[in-house]
Amino acid sequence: MKKKKQLFETIIHGVFLILGLITVGSVLLITIYLIISGIPAIREIGIIDFLFGTQWKSTDAEPSFGILPFILTSVYGTAGAVVIGVPVGFLTAVYLAKIAPPKIKTLVTGAVGLLAGIPSVVYGLVGMLVLVPGVRVLFNLPDGANLFSAIIVLAIMILPSIINVSVTALESVPKEYEDASLALGATPVETYFKVSVPAAKSGIAAAVVLGVGRAIGEAMAVIMVSGNVANMPSLFQSVRFLTTAVASEMSYSAGLQQQALFSIALVLFLFIMLINATLNFFLKRSKED
Amino acid sequence: MIKVRDMCLWYGSSQALHHINMEIPDKAITALIGPSGCGKSTFLKSLNRMNDLIPGVKITGEILYNDTDIFSSAIDVNNLRKEIGMVFQKPNPFPMSIYDNIAYGPRTHGIKSRAKLDDIVERSLRGAAIWDEVRDRLKKNALGLSGGQQQRLCIARALAVEPDVLLMDEPTSALDPISTSKIEELAISLKEKYTIIIVTHNMQQAVRISDKTAFFLMGEMIEFGDTEKIFSMPEDKRTEDYITGRFG
Repeated sequence: MKKKKQLFETIIHGVFLILGLITVGSVLLITIYLIISGIPAIREIGIIDFLFGTQWKSTDAEPSFGILPFILTSVYGTAGAVVIGVPVGFLTAVYLAKIAPPKIKTLVTGAVGLLAGIPSVVYGLVGMLVLVPGVRVLFNLPDGANLFSAIIVLAIMILPSIINVSVTALESVPKEYEDASLALGATPVETYFKVSVPAAKSGIAAAVVLGVGRAIGEAMAVIMVSGNVANMPSLFQSVRFLTTAVASEMSYSAGLQQQALFSIALVLFLFIMLINATLNFFLKRSKED
Repeated sequence: MIKVRDMCLWYGSSQALHHINMEIPDKAITALIGPSGCGKSTFLKSLNRMNDLIPGVKITGEILYNDTDIFSSAIDVNNLRKEIGMVFQKPNPFPMSIYDNIAYGPRTHGIKSRAKLDDIVERSLRGAAIWDEVRDRLKKNALGLSGGQQQRLCIARALAVEPDVLLMDEPTSALDPISTSKIEELAISLKEKYTIIIVTHNMQQAVRISDKTAFFLMGEMIEFGDTEKIFSMPEDKRTEDYITGRFG
């Protein structure tokens, strides 16, 4: 009887291990595949020409494969989304975690959850039909599909990640810290910003990095509002992101063009890896605090 | 002088304090004793209105501080808490440097000058008898100190805003005996300049350090008087039962 139980335990352990390894295996497979398929084009084009070339003409008779426009667009787009999304998300989180009355908190938290659940194609659709024409009229442009529109959409899309993670971090600040501050005569708002926020800073940093990861990896919504032209980025110009560069040409690409798309994916992958490493750093620190 | 007149307190619909009347003397240590849940901590936290933070608390009666009711609209609660400082049961330094812990209060109240802050930090740490232990590591995180040092740091932090009254809510219950005796010595030396009200579970502690003792039971203040008298010739049978260890 005892043996049978032990055998059962061993089998269950094995099953869980295999299930866990599926994740690890997938990550490994994707990593290896991306590296193998991404390197040939970089070799042929030359890493300098590839990363710092400003011309992307993949279908010309004499093609050029410079992805600097995509890299810069992704970087600027993400930075813009962070500049707008982080203050809004952070202050919302402080409000939800510390100030909001229970009813409002439930309402806003529910809305944040819904915002997180909206598929990105819907963001793109609404952006396309409402935001793009709005931007065109507001700034008196020939076309509203540009980097600015993409930044606005991304800023809204990263709000849920920033808010949820920041709220969790702020709520886990021990109440004793806040009591001590209040007992010294500090007002509640002073207490939140001078004690609670500093005590939760690692968690809030993690929230920001998570938002950055979300923004840089987004393809569907931005392809619909950014114009998708391989220009060097500027705020009111149609632009193409790293993600959208791959998505928009993959279906008809061949030869070196296709290989170059894999190389773009590899670059994007490295960006994400870097962001994940940063995120882990902050999460680890916030646990140690 | 703090005068409490016919004060009652409810948490929602359950009454936690019944008609408390008390005159707490200046520049002396008043100990609040009684079994767990008797309302002594609740009473203490009413004195600097920290109970305001708990939803559903209702208070009637008066607490006069310098002849003004602390619940009246004339009172600025942040200013009240500056004048009536508090030390908590569990040492709770902020997760910042020792210096910033002490400077937090003065900075909140608008002191920015570096020289002034340096002076306040040193004076407060000396006042809490911890200066010699931390003078070389003011920039280090306060969470690196031992429990007893943290508690003295918290006392120093409370002193830094120059209060008149110090409320101590079982300040030694989380500490070892040596740290406890240091806090007790500190309390005795502080009563020259401050009015101290201390909640304690430890009756010996009340005997050792306090001038007056109030005995609380089930939300009522049963007896209040000179510590010596309370512990030698209590007037109420319930006080006697408690101090002789028959319950609690």
